[in-house]
Amino acid sequence: MRNILAIWQREMKSYFVSPIAYVVLTIFILVSGIFFYGYLMQIIQATMMQAQYGQGSQPIDVPGIVTRALLQTMSVLLLFIVPMLTMGLFAEEKKRGTIELLLTTPVGHFQAIAGKYLASLTFLLIMLLANAITTFPLYVYGEPDLMPILSGYLGMFLFGMALLSIGLFFSTLTENQIVAVIITFGVSLALFVIEQLSGSTTGVTRNVVNYLSVLSHLEDFVKGVVDTSHVIYYVTFAFVGLFLAYRSLESMRWKS
Amino acid sequence: MSVIEVEHLSKVYNSRKAIDDVSFNVNKGDVLGFLGPNGAGKTTTMRILTCYMPSTEGTARIAGYDVFEESLEVRKRIGYLPESPPLYPEMTVESYLGFVAKIKGTPATQCKSQIEKVMEECNIGDVRKRIVRKLSKGYKQRVGLAQALLNDPEVLILDEPTIGLDPKQIHEVRSLIKSLASTRTVILSTHILPEVSMTCNRVVIINEGKVVAMDTPEGLAAQMKGAERIALTVDGPLDAIREKIQAIDEVMSIYAAEGGPDTPPSFTVECKLGTDLRPLLASTVVSQGWGLLELRGVSMSLEDVFINLTTQEPTEADSSQQ
Repeated sequence: MRNILAIWQREMKSYFVSPIAYVVLTIFILVSGIFFYGYLMQIIQATMMQAQYGQGSQPIDVPGIVTRALLQTMSVLLLFIVPMLTMGLFAEEKKRGTIELLLTTPVGHFQAIAGKYLASLTFLLIMLLANAITTFPLYVYGEPDLMPILSGYLGMFLFGMALLSIGLFFSTLTENQIVAVIITFGVSLALFVIEQLSGSTTGVTRNVVNYLSVLSHLEDFVKGVVDTSHVIYYVTFAFVGLFLAYRSLESMRWKS
Repeated sequence: MSVIEVEHLSKVYNSRKAIDDVSFNVNKGDVLGFLGPNGAGKTTTMRILTCYMPSTEGTARIAGYDVFEESLEVRKRIGYLPESPPLYPEMTVESYLGFVAKIKGTPATQCKSQIEKVMEECNIGDVRKRIVRKLSKGYKQRVGLAQALLNDPEVLILDEPTIGLDPKQIHEVRSLIKSLASTRTVILSTHILPEVSMTCNRVVIINEGKVVAMDTPEGLAAQMKGAERIALTVDGPLDAIREKIQAIDEVMSIYAAEGGPDTPPSFTVECKLGTDLRPLLASTVVSQGWGLLELRGVSMSLEDVFINLTTQEPTEADSSQQ
């Protein structure tokens, strides 16, 4: 446990000492801010038009609608950002030769992976919090139903968790961070758009394709439904990624 | 009792043997010099000993624990300085050492005192707040060494510890290694020969993955000295000189040293131990009317031993191994 904590701490420090954390956070907040503004404007225009045609103002859940739209956009943003959070986790250690330190001290492979993975999860959490703060004004002027928003954020966290685990895995495969980024992004993107294929398939294939898609599992969360099967999907996904990373780290000893 | 026992260790990379049937023992308190040309398998052997990678064949035990089966126990007992010091450039020296102390399992109460101790031993106290990236190579190397010393390991494995240091620092590191040796066992690899005779009490010479010699530095030099050697420079035709000298009964062999076309030919003449051939050589040369430019006895240094053992030419290797 102490080892995991030590590695987590070092990883967090290295995020915030290097420019990566600031660049990623800034871009993330900036882009999600732009989208937030855009969605808000759309709703305002729509309600104004409704009022003009004299249809009366039905109560609408502005914070809920905006947050949901924003969360959907964020899933795309995460697709770009997650690979950057995980690229260095092992690739950089390999490049610097510090992997030799890590693997010759009494740190287990599991502990090394756990510490690094937890650090990337922490960073994801920080990003989601930063994003939640942007939407804060909504709660000052409205009284949204909190549960669907929270479930949306939970879904986003689970979604990020799954992507981070594959990023971690690909980072163990190479000592080149750019390679790690590109493979992670490519595979995430494939899992993201695989849903499109389901239209042209039928039966079991269609079910499998739908199940594999990281996106299809996100929809319910954003609608406010926490379905355990989706939670299980993301958790399993993360476990598979971490397991592969563990195996890859083990095999590195044999190949080196 | 042997602290490190290496038995028939082999490592194969893609059908190329990096090390081949390497065996040696190191006793407590020994400083073992691991000597060999680049690519001889020094780093491979060290990586196997530090559990970084497993061997293809053979076993290695440190403090009685197998490096493969009980790697955790081994890793608790070793300090390892890889070829390039494993540093995180964005950390300060102090926080880096703090991190290593933690992952090495130093009890929290002792972390601070341990760090102070190794910083003093490696003389890096003055850069403790500096960022590793900005340190000079010598300091980086010493921070790497400090990291290896944390948590008081029984066995220290140092891959080229003095590389990149200036002469004064080299001297300091050598005396540091010597002072450590009283309580610990040290293996260090190097290709700097004087380093071995200065710091080590045992030497293993490795070449192309095989152990070619193992002894004390003095013993090795004596053992290798199978013949008296004489350096000879003569002003005259190379082939004729060689022929004439070869004809002398006591001469075992003669090698021409390399030289430009304008320089007079130089030779190394080997003859049986205990004979002094110099008067005979001198008279032979003079009687032919050649100019005798140089004639002196050569004592065999560790360097000669090393070159003898690790050069390709079979004649040299054979004659030196007997």
